[in-house]
Amino acid sequence: MFNSTFLVELGYAFLGAGIGAGIAVLGAGIGIGKIGGSAVESIARQPSESGKIQTAMIIASALIEGVALFAVVVCLLIAIKQ
Amino acid sequence: MKFISYYVTCDPIQKRRFNNVNKLISLLIPFLILLGASLKANDVKEISDSEDFDPGEMIMHHISDSHDWHFAHIGETHLTLPLPVILYSKDRGLEIFSSSKFHNDTFEYNGYKLDAHDHIHSIDESRSFYDLSITKNVASLLLSAVLLMITFVSIGNTYKKNKLKSPRGIQSFFEPIIMYVRDDIAKPSLGSKADFFLPYLLTIFFFIWFNNLLGLVPGGANVTGNIAITMTLAFITFLITNLYSNSYYWGHILNPPGIPFAVKILLVPVELMGIFTKPFSLMIRLFANITAGHIIILSLLALIFIFKSAFISIVSVPFAVFMNILELFVAILQAYVFTLLSAMYIGSAIEVHNHADHDFGH
Repeated sequence: MFNSTFLVELGYAFLGAGIGAGIAVLGAGIGIGKIGGSAVESIARQPSESGKIQTAMIIASALIEGVALFAVVVCLLIAIKQ
Repeated sequence: MKFISYYVTCDPIQKRRFNNVNKLISLLIPFLILLGASLKANDVKEISDSEDFDPGEMIMHHISDSHDWHFAHIGETHLTLPLPVILYSKDRGLEIFSSSKFHNDTFEYNGYKLDAHDHIHSIDESRSFYDLSITKNVASLLLSAVLLMITFVSIGNTYKKNKLKSPRGIQSFFEPIIMYVRDDIAKPSLGSKADFFLPYLLTIFFFIWFNNLLGLVPGGANVTGNIAITMTLAFITFLITNLYSNSYYWGHILNPPGIPFAVKILLVPVELMGIFTKPFSLMIRLFANITAGHIIILSLLALIFIFKSAFISIVSVPFAVFMNILELFVAILQAYVFTLLSAMYIGSAIEVHNHADHDFGH
């Protein structure tokens, strides 16, 4: 039923899904890392405002995470497609 | 010995500290042992049944919905709770029977067939029916509903009984959390209308939190990792946002003030899409976070069976327990994020702008 060309193409699909998930995670990592870094820096400058800074940090990282998860779900859909 | 002698000789403050640490450890150890043991017990079956262990199939079996609630395997004994199957079709009406009726050689009963993915099909292809069964997720939802009712009805009654007195019992555990949701989530984003939306925000917060925690109990169902449930939650937020929205909200979407016309052509479609992408991202975020947590824990345990060596468990079981503890944090974090973003979306829809602000932009 499965000829070799089909299997090679299926392999490429899996490869694409894997690379895509990797790149998505890379972007999210850079983004959340920058937010975390700046948040720690600002808390060090203004320890009294740490509550507000933390809330802003979590909101921003949740938004980045959302975008990254969109990408991961797309990759998952490629990977589980028969 | 050294530890004990230090414990005896050290000053009272440090002594207390040690006491607390000891208490914590003695509380944690039985919990961890139970956790590890039951997690392992969950997965023993998969190797004994088939020669080729398929980790993907095992993981999908654990995170997906099912017609019977499977807790664990101890040796050859199955700890399974068969759940009721409820089917409705035009020609036969309502049919209710136990899902254990399917557990025979052919997986067929009364003209229906249970396939490998736990879906019910009619053997006669031309018939159509609705599957309204109480599945694992529905049973878990009912369980969490009962838990939430018991907890919060009793808390509410205590508030009615001793007004303006210090909290008692379970009330003292939940009061700081309720206050946090009110003062740090609802008030900053909703302002004076916070009290009106607070019941909804508290409900989704505790609903998501309780279900996340129930999902982490070994043998529990993956309720908040089911996209239908997160979709329903996000849809409720979508409805509330749009039903309570005011003219300022729609004005900002359809005719953003203080922006050149050429940019508006680009911005208005993006803003219109934003109405739907916001709840969509709520849905995906909760679903993906909870499902990913379950997959990580199960993959770590699957390593033992992939390598077919008990020595792998020295590394993978403590790491799986560590991930499980981390998931306890993620459980409350995701409940917090969902509630906070819901409050912000609702807040942006009910906000009343001062027109003078528009000259300066936002």
